[in-house]
Amino acid sequence: MDLLDDDTDTGNTPEFSVSELSGAVKRVIEGEFGFVRVKGEVGRVSRPRSGHIYLDLKDDRSVISGVVWKGVSARLETQPEEGMEVVATGRLTTFPGQSKYQIVIEDIRPAGLGALMAMLEKRKAQLAAEGLFDASRKQPLPYLPEIIGVVTSPSGAVIRDILHRLRDRFPRKVLIWPVAVQGKSCAPEVARAIEGFNALSPGGAMPRPDLLIVARGGGSVEDLWGFNEEIVARAAAASDIPLISAVGHETDTTLIDYVSDRRAPTPTAAAEIAVPVRMELLGWTGEAGARMTRAMGQRIELRGQRLRDLSRALPRAETLLDQPRQRLDLLGDRLPRGLIRGTEQRRVALSDAAGALRPSLLSRVIAHGRESLGRRTDRLSLRPIEREMRQGRERLATLTRRLDEAGTRRLETPRSSLDGLTRLLETLSYKGTLSRGYAVVRSGEGDILTRKAAAEKAGALDIEFADGRLSLGTPGAADAPATVPASENKPKPAAPRSKRKPAADKPEQGSLF
Amino acid sequence: MSDTPVEEMTFEQAMAELEQVVGQLERGEVPLEQSIALYERGAKLKARCETKLKEAEEKVAQITLDAEGQPAGLKAAEGL
Repeated sequence: MDLLDDDTDTGNTPEFSVSELSGAVKRVIEGEFGFVRVKGEVGRVSRPRSGHIYLDLKDDRSVISGVVWKGVSARLETQPEEGMEVVATGRLTTFPGQSKYQIVIEDIRPAGLGALMAMLEKRKAQLAAEGLFDASRKQPLPYLPEIIGVVTSPSGAVIRDILHRLRDRFPRKVLIWPVAVQGKSCAPEVARAIEGFNALSPGGAMPRPDLLIVARGGGSVEDLWGFNEEIVARAAAASDIPLISAVGHETDTTLIDYVSDRRAPTPTAAAEIAVPVRMELLGWTGEAGARMTRAMGQRIELRGQRLRDLSRALPRAETLLDQPRQRLDLLGDRLPRGLIRGTEQRRVALSDAAGALRPSLLSRVIAHGRESLGRRTDRLSLRPIEREMRQGRERLATLTRRLDEAGTRRLETPRSSLDGLTRLLETLSYKGTLSRGYAVVRSGEGDILTRKAAAEKAGALDIEFADGRLSLGTPGAADAPATVPASENKPKPAAPRSKRKPAADKPEQGSLF
Repeated sequence: MSDTPVEEMTFEQAMAELEQVVGQLERGEVPLEQSIALYERGAKLKARCETKLKEAEEKVAQITLDAEGQPAGLKAAEGL
């Protein structure tokens, strides 16, 4: 009942559809908050590819979602960053599909100087963490750049100061890249100018500078803010061309000063850093030339002096001979005197020797020899020799006598025996027989024939008588062949005959005795 | 001595070497014959330095930009 009663209690309250209610809310919110300024801290920021920026604005208790449409975000002077204290301007709108409301931001700026500085500190810390401020990244500046690129406003006093100082020191070629030096277009233009200079090719119609100066005169923190922007700092850090930053006065330090290769306190100072003083260099060059010439001259003078000294110390050729010549003269002088003295000395020696040489000396020697001879002569006698001769003679006589006796005795004995033998031989010899009427018959060949048969056979006979030999006949023709075999045997007996002959001769030999 | 021909040296290179040459000559470190060659080189370096110093010509030009902010050309910067 109660429930039913409750249901019926809502009877005269109009009923909305969800969309109708959402639409009503939207109308109220957009109508009521069509233009608001809200101060808060930027919370989570997301930047999808679409180019819109979604972010949260918050304070210690509440959060409102916000969006920066693409077209707006490009125009923003300050890009929202998490933690930044900002004042956002815009309108509220709802997003019925998700039961959400949000603020569409038309502009967003840092809330006061403190917020700006806090943002700068945060940026600085981030870039430092990336190492963009490292000293090792700093490039050395060229000693004498040929072309200097200046990024600044073409109409300010800054460029005039720079050119004036360059003219004083060392006129150079200067390329000015005009940029806005304040306002929201400052940072993008400066960044593009730095990148643009780096993109130029050396030696082209628009030649690439070998040194960059990014300069701006003094101003408020807000005026200089463009040089605190991250894109400027990153472009300066990425520059391959050495870069001098000269923004504001000496006390103003902007982010670009940390990443530049050299920070100049003022634009004029940048020009002084950029180029040396030409007149000084000319002076130095002249001085270097003079020093060189002086050093060279001194060296040559020194060497020349040394040479002169040495040549003075060098003796002349003829003086080299003086001393030997003098010595020769001296020795030449001494030579005849030496010869004379030598002769004299020898003469004295000779006369000394000659003085000692006297006949009496010789005669004394002779007398002595004679005396000695006399002594020997006295001892010389013939008697021993005569005695020896006498003894020899006696001995000879004895021996002669004995020889005679022996010889006679020796001859007598053989002679008597020889006579006996001779007689015996005569008796025994066939010759003796021959003389008694016998004869010896021999064949023609000389064989002794003792038989008649042998004698008949022999062709010829040889008969020896006491007083000679008689040969008989010659062998017949018929007998000749018969004698041949005999004759073959005969030569042998011939030898005995020849042997016998000496036996026959013996008496003749014996007669020789 | 560096390998770069004197004619192609930057002012700084030529100056550094000239300084060295002068020092060597003044200290008398090198034999006389070499010092003559050194002197000749020094004279060349000095000439190079002077040439670079005489090239001191002021020429200021301003880059003109097109609609996209890209460099389009040069124009003389006047009155600066």
